[in-house]
Amino acid sequence: MTSSPMGVGPLVEMRNISIHFGGIKAVDDVSIDLYPGEVVALLGHNGAGKSTLVKVLSGAYRANSGQILIDGRTVEIGSPRDAKALGIETIYQTLALAENIDAPGNLFLGRELTTPWGTLDDAAMEHAARQAILELNPNFTRIKEPVKNLSGGQRQSVAIARALHFKARILIMDEPTAALGPHETRQVADLITRLKAKGIGIFLISHDIHDVFSLADRISVMKNGKLVGTVRTQDVTQDDVLGMIILGKRPKIAA
Amino acid sequence: MPEPLVAVGAPAVAARRRLRFAFLLNLTLLGLLGLMWAGLSLGTDSFATFGNFTNLLRQGSIWAIMAVGQTFVIITAGIDLSAGAVVGVAGTVVALLMKSGVPVPLAILATLGFGVAVGWVHAFGIVRMGLPPFIMTLASLTALRGIGLLMTNGQTIAGLPAEFSALARDSSFGIPNLFLAVIAVAVPCHLLLHHSRWGRHLYAVGSNREAARLSGIRVTRVLYLAYILSATLSALAGILTTARIGIGVATTGDGWELQAIASSVIGGASLFGAVGSVPGPLLGAMLLTTINNGANLLNINPFWQRIVTGGLIVAIVYLDQLRRPKR
Repeated sequence: MTSSPMGVGPLVEMRNISIHFGGIKAVDDVSIDLYPGEVVALLGHNGAGKSTLVKVLSGAYRANSGQILIDGRTVEIGSPRDAKALGIETIYQTLALAENIDAPGNLFLGRELTTPWGTLDDAAMEHAARQAILELNPNFTRIKEPVKNLSGGQRQSVAIARALHFKARILIMDEPTAALGPHETRQVADLITRLKAKGIGIFLISHDIHDVFSLADRISVMKNGKLVGTVRTQDVTQDDVLGMIILGKRPKIAA
Repeated sequence: MPEPLVAVGAPAVAARRRLRFAFLLNLTLLGLLGLMWAGLSLGTDSFATFGNFTNLLRQGSIWAIMAVGQTFVIITAGIDLSAGAVVGVAGTVVALLMKSGVPVPLAILATLGFGVAVGWVHAFGIVRMGLPPFIMTLASLTALRGIGLLMTNGQTIAGLPAEFSALARDSSFGIPNLFLAVIAVAVPCHLLLHHSRWGRHLYAVGSNREAARLSGIRVTRVLYLAYILSATLSALAGILTTARIGIGVATTGDGWELQAIASSVIGGASLFGAVGSVPGPLLGAMLLTTINNGANLLNINPFWQRIVTGGLIVAIVYLDQLRRPKR
């Protein structure tokens, strides 16, 4: 196991996680961890099991076996609600937005603000959403539009704003730049750097090493549902990591 | 924050455009309704009479109540084909209960409870057993028709208490009770749909069920509520119909599910889910009732009404598809 990079305990530990769908082992006895203010990239081919693994942490799936610890304490994450209650926010590859609902509606979906009478407080939600989204994307103007009418980058802004608004401690980003152009991709990279500085732990999932190599503190590589290994980015070259992804071989330098 | 003016001005325009669409649709329907009423008043001697008009409102009210319930299900991208059959069985149940000496309010409550149970079974089949809504409620339509006929042996149940019939026939404050029932249903339903978390979640589930689940919405609970509401409102329609015609007939409401679905869709609900309102189905129901009523007065073979309704559904759903953005 990697020693603590900052002299504190890990924020997240996923121990010996296995998930199977029918007879297929999507994730096979994988252990990974994450420290505060750290970016851990999860790399692997499509279908390597990386999305499935983190979906256990975000409450979308349940593991068949294994253990999850947050701040060193074992937790049960049975649903996305449980995960959110623990400060785990996820930006899904599919963005997980309700197409016919506007940006504030999506931002607060499942956590709507209400007035003292119990009715929806649309004004307050719109105000908060406007601030949260404009902070990320000053060009975002169509806040009352159903998100289906928005561009990929704008939809991404909504998804990210949703994760950040609720003060995530642990952020899972699944292919966060898949739908984005080069400019927006750079914005996301800037954002990750800023969030890191705030002490948020980030799991960054990608199938493309170039997206994450400069951002990640550590890289965990998965292949065929198994963990090939976890390396510190500063100890390896991109070729070393490519070897892990393609051949499933750990570089000699890896601890 | 850069360019706050742009941020404030533009979304208001977008919101207005969206509002305008729903508003225009409702206005078109209202105009169409006015046009038909004017035409029928001029074209027939009997349309613009007090008797016919209250009759129109009463029948329209019953369909409107069903259509509002149907709309909740349609917003989840589901469908409730059993609505007409629930009307028949609920009418039978309430009549049988009263005949066996159960006091009227209790009989009504029990029948509404029966509606809740039917809706629960629908949701159970759809959520827990994974049956498509179409299949689950079609099966339930068939079964409920059978249950209604079994309970009555195909006989009508006459001799209901006068106070029960008065519910549907009388007026309060000069307004027919049935019309008041529509308001009593529509206002809370509107609040529920547009001003409660549950309403928001309903749209989210209809829009993208997986996204709703990942956002922490209890999708199962939302679906249960939608189907229970639809069946309960159909049961209410059954109770009101029985009160209106004064007898319990198990075959009442034959084909009314299509009237309810058509009303909802004509009123702007999308069968693809996540679009729909409360005023829409009210207007849609009134429109369909007028078509039926007018056809009767014009001595058009009633079988044509079914053909017209069918054609109308195809036309409206086709238009609905056109307005959906192509991806």
